[in-house]
Amino acid sequence: MSTDNETIYETDALIAEDIDAYLEAHQYKSMLRFITCGSVDDGKSTLIGRLLYDSKMIFEDQLASLEHDSKAMGTQGQEIDFALLVDGLAAEREQGITIDVAYRFFATEKRKFIVADTPGHEQYTRNMVTGASTADLAVILIDARQGVLTQTRRHSYLVHLLGIRNVILAVNKMDLVGYEQDRFDEIVADYTEFATSIGMTDFQAIPISGLKGDNIVALADTTPWYQGTSLMQALEDAPINDARMAGAQFRMPVQWVNRPNLDFRGFSGQVASGQIHPGDPVRILPSGKTTTVKSIVTMDGELDVAVAGQSVTLTMTDEVDCSRGDVITLSDEPVEVADQFEATIVWMADEEMLPGRPYQMKIGTNRVTATITEPKYEVNVNTMEQLPARTLALNTIGVCNIATDRPVPFDAYDDNPDLGGFILIDRITNQTVGAGMIHFALRRSHNIHWQAVDIDREAHAAQKNQTPKLLWFTGLSGSGKSTIANHVEQKLHAAGKHTFLLDGDNVRHGLNKDLGFTDVDRVENIRRVGEVAKLMTDAGLIVLTAFISPFIAERRMVRDMMPEGDFIEVFVDTPLDVAEQRDVKGLYKKARAGELKNFTGIDSPYEAPENAEIIVNTVELSAEDAADVIVKRLLEGA
Amino acid sequence: MTDLTHLQRLEAESIHIMREVMAEAEKPVMLYSVGKDSAVMLHLAKKAFYPSPPPFPLLHVDTTWKFQAMYELREKAAKDAGMDLLVYQNPEAVEKGINPFDHGSLHTDMWKTEGLKQALDKYGFDAAFGGARRDEEKSRAKERVFSFRSANHSWDPKNQRPELWKLYNARKSKGESIRVFPLSNWTELDIWQYILLENIEIVPLYYSQPRPTVERDGLILMVDDDRFKLEDGEVPELRSIRFRTLGCYPLTGAVESEAATLPEIIQEMLLATTSERQGRAIDHDSAASMEKKKREGYF
Repeated sequence: MSTDNETIYETDALIAEDIDAYLEAHQYKSMLRFITCGSVDDGKSTLIGRLLYDSKMIFEDQLASLEHDSKAMGTQGQEIDFALLVDGLAAEREQGITIDVAYRFFATEKRKFIVADTPGHEQYTRNMVTGASTADLAVILIDARQGVLTQTRRHSYLVHLLGIRNVILAVNKMDLVGYEQDRFDEIVADYTEFATSIGMTDFQAIPISGLKGDNIVALADTTPWYQGTSLMQALEDAPINDARMAGAQFRMPVQWVNRPNLDFRGFSGQVASGQIHPGDPVRILPSGKTTTVKSIVTMDGELDVAVAGQSVTLTMTDEVDCSRGDVITLSDEPVEVADQFEATIVWMADEEMLPGRPYQMKIGTNRVTATITEPKYEVNVNTMEQLPARTLALNTIGVCNIATDRPVPFDAYDDNPDLGGFILIDRITNQTVGAGMIHFALRRSHNIHWQAVDIDREAHAAQKNQTPKLLWFTGLSGSGKSTIANHVEQKLHAAGKHTFLLDGDNVRHGLNKDLGFTDVDRVENIRRVGEVAKLMTDAGLIVLTAFISPFIAERRMVRDMMPEGDFIEVFVDTPLDVAEQRDVKGLYKKARAGELKNFTGIDSPYEAPENAEIIVNTVELSAEDAADVIVKRLLEGA
Repeated sequence: MTDLTHLQRLEAESIHIMREVMAEAEKPVMLYSVGKDSAVMLHLAKKAFYPSPPPFPLLHVDTTWKFQAMYELREKAAKDAGMDLLVYQNPEAVEKGINPFDHGSLHTDMWKTEGLKQALDKYGFDAAFGGARRDEEKSRAKERVFSFRSANHSWDPKNQRPELWKLYNARKSKGESIRVFPLSNWTELDIWQYILLENIEIVPLYYSQPRPTVERDGLILMVDDDRFKLEDGEVPELRSIRFRTLGCYPLTGAVESEAATLPEIIQEMLLATTSERQGRAIDHDSAASMEKKKREGYF
């Protein structure tokens, strides 16, 4: 302890005597971001509190209230309970506040530190992944009495998954095992075996006591057998990601085109990796166009070089097309461009991941629509076992194939996190529902091309002398969708129109007979029907579909597949009690009796359309009259 | 290759955040309170969009009770940056003459909390930059960089989005707005060092000089204009003071100090024994006060 305090006093002396020298030294500090992993029992809060205290980030008023609280709580007798500095968890729980990632700050002579603290057990995967995504280093805490536990393995797996290459194994509470070297060595051996099994090649193990301060700032007398560095020194010496990325190939995702006047056109962004100089030949992806960097513009003057981590604005020698979402690289080191990938996905929402449902994907500065095409397996984060999966639930991790609606410039996540990490956003709620890391592009993405044909949609439609449309009937089971659609088709047929009716029940006898009624299958059902309907409209037909299609997201997906104005949503509006009373097929009765699972309206939701083109109320209108309304609207509109 | 310094990394991160907002929001605005954090935020905005001027206006939600020196710098700073300055005063508070002497916490509620909501609604801003930092207070340590507010400006702490890598999700539903905190990862010391390094103009009140003061409830208050209601027997006394944080002058406590230069201020700060927000009367209520205020829409 005495050593720690001496450090503080020396610093104070320098501040007091020569503030200019102190400031000069401190302006050139580097910055390290790290995450601490461990649960409450491992002494994580105590360790963070200790780091803040020892680096003098605690003010007297805070210390006074800390001393007061420590004595009141009595957890450490008359000594200070450092955990109280950072915990505040009880209060948060009472207030119902999400317990997730908190960021704390401290600094030493050499470095500023940002600690991502992810408390608690709940939501652990989501929170840890969030905290780890920006970390240069991870401190994995182990209780020396407990050794390597399931949770140690889980934390390590997540840290490794997020690509953190600097890992410190802090074997804590050494005071409670008598500072025994044998115990420490045993734990390190156990951990080494596990680390090797998940592909973690390197870590540094340090015996500490967060409570007593042993080996935190300075090496302690209590562990004379330990020849390594203190925790603080390890934190000060660890390499920073930006430095590693500065040695990689040059990448800059374009954030914003800076155009104050006709004479200046600059491309603003933060350099993700590598470095760039004026005069360097560059390539812009996905277009592949090449040009040369003219200048690196900043308010502090033009730069000779820009490196990973810097936010700059580049001007080019040519008037080249380049906009937000593009990636600038050196011309002979371009990024890959693809629209199908294999990726690891961490699911972060209560609502499960639905393959086939379109999500918004943000990668770099690019936003595209993405669908999970094929979940391959889920990883059990406690045992590392691979389990078959059709979906992913909250806080689960899986490997999936994913497709985007247009080609995306990317790097594998392991090579470049800024170009290979992405988030998935729900298009209805706008919440961030998942995070992903690209492994590689699927080969088929490169080999399948769109074949242009001469007899196109317009030619087909002209021959039939009609405008192709898709009339999408949606509504509860028993609402009268099929009956009304059938009437509509008869009337159109009589009017000389070329039509086709796709009926929900019929399709399930053939094309979709492999699908059931879970949310996952319902999404795939609608996706296939949407694709078929689209092909039929390409053939010039007026297509009618009668499917419950309960989710807004999938109806919107089909709408987005079709040319603007060709998708006509027909909401067959029948209240649940009326539909249930009709119960033409006897299904409601079965569902109420519990014999039929996932029945829309009973134990599976129906999301009514918000902006349907046509709404028919079947309580007021007969099926025949409803059909007349729809035909009239269609033919008048056409 | 040497590492970027911590200030360079913080600067680059803040610039990245501002550009993301500019690219994804429809109508952003920068909340400008004239304090040191606002000064740094404004400076970063100039850098982010250079050679363009920052492509959004500054908004000062005024209480009419700021220090005179703050009003002077406000006009100058906006002009220097080439930005429009919008000043909003809650008309109801103007009408009722709400002031910190007579109305207690109602003063903050009406001028600041209500005023901010009204101003954002009036102009239809969907993203507002604020200068809050995570190190200011325990409850802010977990605040997101992008913080979403419902159509009635309330904050739902249960429904905050995870922020991974540099990927901010700025998509919002109709009526929702975003508060964006580009200085989230800066500490008080970072702010001061950056002001020194970049030579950023700040309100002179941060520098010590003899000023007329009274001592009340343990706070040293500056008698900034003749609206200051002196109590019986109170006589303004010249003290050598400065401010560590600036707000409404009757609510902002000064510290006695001889620090008249930036290095001296930093020196004093580093050797200080009390945390920054102690000078603000607003926080004294309870530990959970900031959390509560935030839910109600206080920035």
